[in-house]
Amino acid sequence: MSRSSNFATGQVAGIIANLVIVRYEGAVAQNEVCYIQHENVRLMAEVIKVKGDRAYVQVFESTRGLRVGLPVEFTGHMLEATLGPGVLSCNYDGLMHNLNTMTGIFLRRGDYTSSLSAEKSWDFKPIASPGEQVSAGDWLGEVPENAVPHRIMVPFTMEGKYTVKWIAEADDHGINDTIAILTDANGREYNITMVQRWPIKRAIKAYREKPRPFKLLETGVRTIDTLNPIVEGGTGFVPGPFGSGKTVLQQAMSKQAEADVVIVAACGERANEVVDLFVEFPELDDPWTGRKLMERTVIIANTSNMPVAAREASVYTAMTIAEYYRAMGLKVLMLADSTSRWAQALREMSNRLEELPGPDAFPMDLSAIISNFYARAGIVYLNNGKTGSITFIGTVSPAGGNLKEPVTESTRKAARCFYALSQQRADSKRYPAIDPIDSYSKYLEYPELQHFLNENIAPNWVDQVTQLKNILIRGKEAAEQINILGDDGVSVDYHLTYWKSEVVDGVILQQDAFDPVDARTPMVRQRYMLEKVMEVCNSSLQFAGYEEVNPYFKRIINQLRQMNYLEFESAEFRKNEAALMDILAERKTA
Amino acid sequence: METQAFQRIYTKIDQLTKATCTLRAAGVSYEELALVNGRLAQVVKIIGDEVTLQVFAGTDGIPTDAEVIFYGKPPTLRVSDELGGRFFNAYGKPIDGGPEIDGEEREIGGPSVNPVRRRQPSELIATGMAGIDLNNTLVTGQKIPFFADPDQPYNQVMAIVAMRAKADKIILGGIGLTNDDYLFFKQVFESAGAMHRIVGFINTTEDPPVERLLVPDMALTAAEYYAIDQNQKVLVLLTDMTLYADALSIVSNRMDQIPSKDSMPGSLYSDLAKLYEKAVQFESGGSITIIAVTTLSGGDITHAIPDNTGYITEGQLFLRRDTEIGKVIVDPFRSLSRLRQLVIGKKTRTDHPQVMNAAIRLDADAANARTKLENGFDLTDYDERTLHFAREYADKILAIDVNIDTEEMLTTTWELFGRHFSKSEVGIKQEFVDKYWPEN
Ligand SMILES: Nc1ncnc2c1ncn2[C@@H]1O[C@H](COP(=O)(O)OP(=O)(O)O)[C@@H](O)[C@H]1O
Ligand SMILES: [Mg+2]
Repeated sequence: MSRSSNFATGQVAGIIANLVIVRYEGAVAQNEVCYIQHENVRLMAEVIKVKGDRAYVQVFESTRGLRVGLPVEFTGHMLEATLGPGVLSCNYDGLMHNLNTMTGIFLRRGDYTSSLSAEKSWDFKPIASPGEQVSAGDWLGEVPENAVPHRIMVPFTMEGKYTVKWIAEADDHGINDTIAILTDANGREYNITMVQRWPIKRAIKAYREKPRPFKLLETGVRTIDTLNPIVEGGTGFVPGPFGSGKTVLQQAMSKQAEADVVIVAACGERANEVVDLFVEFPELDDPWTGRKLMERTVIIANTSNMPVAAREASVYTAMTIAEYYRAMGLKVLMLADSTSRWAQALREMSNRLEELPGPDAFPMDLSAIISNFYARAGIVYLNNGKTGSITFIGTVSPAGGNLKEPVTESTRKAARCFYALSQQRADSKRYPAIDPIDSYSKYLEYPELQHFLNENIAPNWVDQVTQLKNILIRGKEAAEQINILGDDGVSVDYHLTYWKSEVVDGVILQQDAFDPVDARTPMVRQRYMLEKVMEVCNSSLQFAGYEEVNPYFKRIINQLRQMNYLEFESAEFRKNEAALMDILAERKTA
Repeated sequence: METQAFQRIYTKIDQLTKATCTLRAAGVSYEELALVNGRLAQVVKIIGDEVTLQVFAGTDGIPTDAEVIFYGKPPTLRVSDELGGRFFNAYGKPIDGGPEIDGEEREIGGPSVNPVRRRQPSELIATGMAGIDLNNTLVTGQKIPFFADPDQPYNQVMAIVAMRAKADKIILGGIGLTNDDYLFFKQVFESAGAMHRIVGFINTTEDPPVERLLVPDMALTAAEYYAIDQNQKVLVLLTDMTLYADALSIVSNRMDQIPSKDSMPGSLYSDLAKLYEKAVQFESGGSITIIAVTTLSGGDITHAIPDNTGYITEGQLFLRRDTEIGKVIVDPFRSLSRLRQLVIGKKTRTDHPQVMNAAIRLDADAANARTKLENGFDLTDYDERTLHFAREYADKILAIDVNIDTEEMLTTTWELFGRHFSKSEVGIKQEFVDKYWPEN
C-alpha cells in the first residue's frame, strides 16, 4: 500500500483514552500510520476505523495532554518492520524501536529510535551473479551476523521476476549501501540495499511450499520432548493460571531449544521477567553452538506498563522478524508471553470503538485473528529448495484459570500442541506443571514424525512413549480407586500401578528449571531415562502388603532423581545407577 | 490547588451522572484537572467541544450552572525532602495539620521506566517470618500482594513486614482504609520511632470512593522521587487494592463501558499493571518495592480482581487461619514469591531451595492424609508421620508469629525432617543430606 498522491492530513477531533478521532482531508487507508504533533513530539498512531471524514486511530503512546485541533499527518504506509543485518541481539519495543539507544531512565513519548545501526559495516559476500533471474526472497548476498549467515534478499515487496544487473564484490558495506542493481522486464533498474521494510500484519510468503512438519525440535524439557514433542515449524500453546509456570517454561525453551534464531515477544507481562533475559542471555552459553545466547536472540518487549496499542503490534513485529530469518533458511523459534494480553489489547480497542462484543467482550473475530497469526508459523521450502522454519509457542493466561474462555478456545483451534499447566501440580510444586494426560502433541500422530523419532532416537521410541503414557493413565485411575476404597480396600496391584506412575512423574515429568544439570536433558539422556524408567515399571516386584510399596518406591524415585541432578554418565552417575539396580534386585522376582 | 491567571471558567453543564459531568469547552487537554463546583475533577473524554469530567467526590448536589474551572494540567504532587513524616489526602493536601510542601511539582502517573534501564532485583528483604523468608523470600524491587479474607490481620502483618524491612522510606497508600487501621499504622510507626521515614497518602472509608483512584499514583510519585532523586530504598504499602479496583468499576460503569468479568472494566489488567510495574530496582541502588493487600471474598482467587493481580504481581502471600494450631499462617501452597529464585541458595545457604521444596511436598502429603482421615480411612505409618510433621511445620515455620533468621529456619526444618522421616522420604540432593541431616 503506497500511494503516489499526497498523503492525507487532519486534526484531532476527539480523545477517549488511547483512541483518537481525527478529522482528515485527502484519502486514508485502514491500518495506515499517522503522527499526531503534540508540543515538540510526534506521536505515532494507526488507523483502525474510518467513518466519513473521521479516522479512528489508536495511539501507541499515552494521550495525556492532547487537545482537539492538534495537527495530524498521515504517512501512506502501514505499520512496518525495518529488516536488515543487526536485528539479532537487539532489544526492541513493540514497534521495533531500539530500547538501548533511547535516552533517559523513562520511556519518553515519541522517542522513536531506529531499528538498525546505519553506521555499522558488514562483511558482504555476493551469492547471486549478474544475469541471474531472481524474485522476492531470493538470496543476493550474505553477511555474517554473530554466528548466523545473514542473507541479503530481494525485497519481499518486489513482485515478479528480475534480472541481476550488478552485484557488489566481497567487501565491507553499510546497510544503506547499494549492494545490487536489479532490472525488471521493462528494463527499469532497482537499487537494492541491505535494508527492507515489510508491513507487519501481513505474512511474508516468499517461499515455494509449506510441507507438514516432520522433524523433532529438541527443547531439553523432558515432558515435552519425550511425551508431547514439538516439531520444527510446529505450533503450540501453553495455557495456565498465574504462577503455574508458563514463563519459566518459555524461558527454558528460549535457552535450550535447538534453534538458529530465537525471537522472544514479551507481550504485556512483567518488566522484571524481561530484565532476567537482559541479564542472563549475554552471559549464558547456547548449548548448541557454545556462543552466547544473546547472539541468536531478539527480544521484543512490550511489558504490561507500556502502551496497550503497541502490545498488539509487538507480536506482529516479532512474527515478521521470524519470517525474515526463516527466509534465510534458518530454524527460528518464536515465543510469545502472553498472547492473552494481545487479545486483551484488541478487546480494549474494540470496546472503545463500541463494536458489538463477542464472548467475554472480546471482538467477534478473535478466533480468526488468532488462527491467522498461528498460520504464519511453519516449515517451508524456499525458492532455492532449502528449508527454513518458524516454530511458534504462545502462552495463554486464562481468566480465573478457566480453560473455557475465548482466548484459550480460539487458540486450541489454531495450535497443534497443547501444554496445559495444572494449578494442582503447581501447588504441589510438581514442576513443570504440564498435565501429562490432558496435554497433547498432534504431531506425535504424524507418520512422518513417528518415522523420524524411531530413526533418530530409538527404534521403538513411539511405542515406548505410548506405554509411558498408559502407565500415567492407569496410575491416575488406580489413585482414584485407592481414594475411594482406601489403602486396604484394594489389592496390592493398585498400589503398584499407582507408584509406577509416580516414578514416571517424579523422574521424567518433574524437572527443576533452576538446577544447572536437571534443567536441560538432551535426547540421548531422555532416551536413557525413559528406558531406565520402563525397566523399573516392567520389573515384576514382590511385596507382602501394600505398606511396603510406598517406602520402596520412594527409594527408587529418590535414587533416580539423584541421577537427574548428576552429570550424565559421570562416575557418580554410574554409582547411583548401580545403587538403583541393587534396590531393584531386592524385590525382583524373575 | 492554587488558581492561576490563564484559567478558563464555564458555567453550563449539559449532562450529569453519579460520577461524571459533561459540558462544552474549548482548548481542553486530555487528563487535565478541573474544579467543578469546588470539587476536583479530571478530563476523561473529549469529543469535539464536548468534554466529560470525572468528579472524584461524586456529583451529588452539583447544579447545571455550577462553575467549572480548568487547570490546564494533569494531577501533580510537589516533591521534596519535606514529604518525610507527613500525611496527605488523595489530592496530596496535608491532613496532619502541617504546612503545604515546598518542592518541585511533578505529574502523577508519569511514564514507565525503560526496561533496559532496570536492574535485576537481588537484595533480600528479611522479615523474620519463615512463611515468607523460607518459602516465599521477598526481594527489593518486587511487587507482591497479600491475598486475604477481610477478617485476616493483613494490615498487622504488613506493618510488621514494613518495620522489619530496613527500607529508607515507607510510603503508605491508604485506599479506603478504616480510620481505626489508619490510626493503627500511625501508632506502629510512631512507637518504632520511624515517623520521619514515613509518607502517607490516605483515603479512608469516610472519603468518596472515586478519590481513591489518585492514591496509588500519589504514593508512587513520591516513591519515584526518593528512589531516583535520592537513590533510596523505598517500600510502598498499598491497602486495599480491591477497593481501588472497585472504584475503577464505578467509573467505567458510569461511563457506559462494556464490563468484562465480574463487572470490572476490560482494561483492569492494564490499569493495575501500570501501578504495580512502578516497582523497580535501579542501577544506582534506589528501588521501589510494593507490598499490597488484595482482599478476597470467601477466599475466591478466581474473581477478576485477585486474578488480574496475580497475573501482574511477582507472586502473592496468602494468609489463612490454620485450625489445628489456631494461628494465622502464610499458606505454603497458594503463596509464591516469583523473585525468590534470584536470592535463595545464592544470598542464603545453598540447601535453601531444596529444603523449601521438600518441606512443602511433605506438607502436601499431610494434606492428602487429612483427606483420607476425613473420608474415614485408616492411615499408614507414613501418613501419621506427615500429620505430625505438618503440625510442627505450621507452628514453627508457617505461623506469622515466627521471628527467626533464615539459618535458623533451615536448621528447624532439617530437625523436623530428621524427627519424622527417613532420608529417602525427604528426597533431597545427597550432598545436602550428608551435610545437614540431624544426627540422633
Ligand atoms: N520448572 C520449574 N522448576 C522450578 N520452579 C518452577 C518451574 N516452573 C515454575 N516454577 C516456579 O513457579 C513460579 C511461577 O512460574 P512462572 O513461569 O512465572 O508462572 P506463570 O508465568 O505461569 O505465571 C516460578 O517463579 C518458580 O518459582
Ligand atoms: Mg508468566
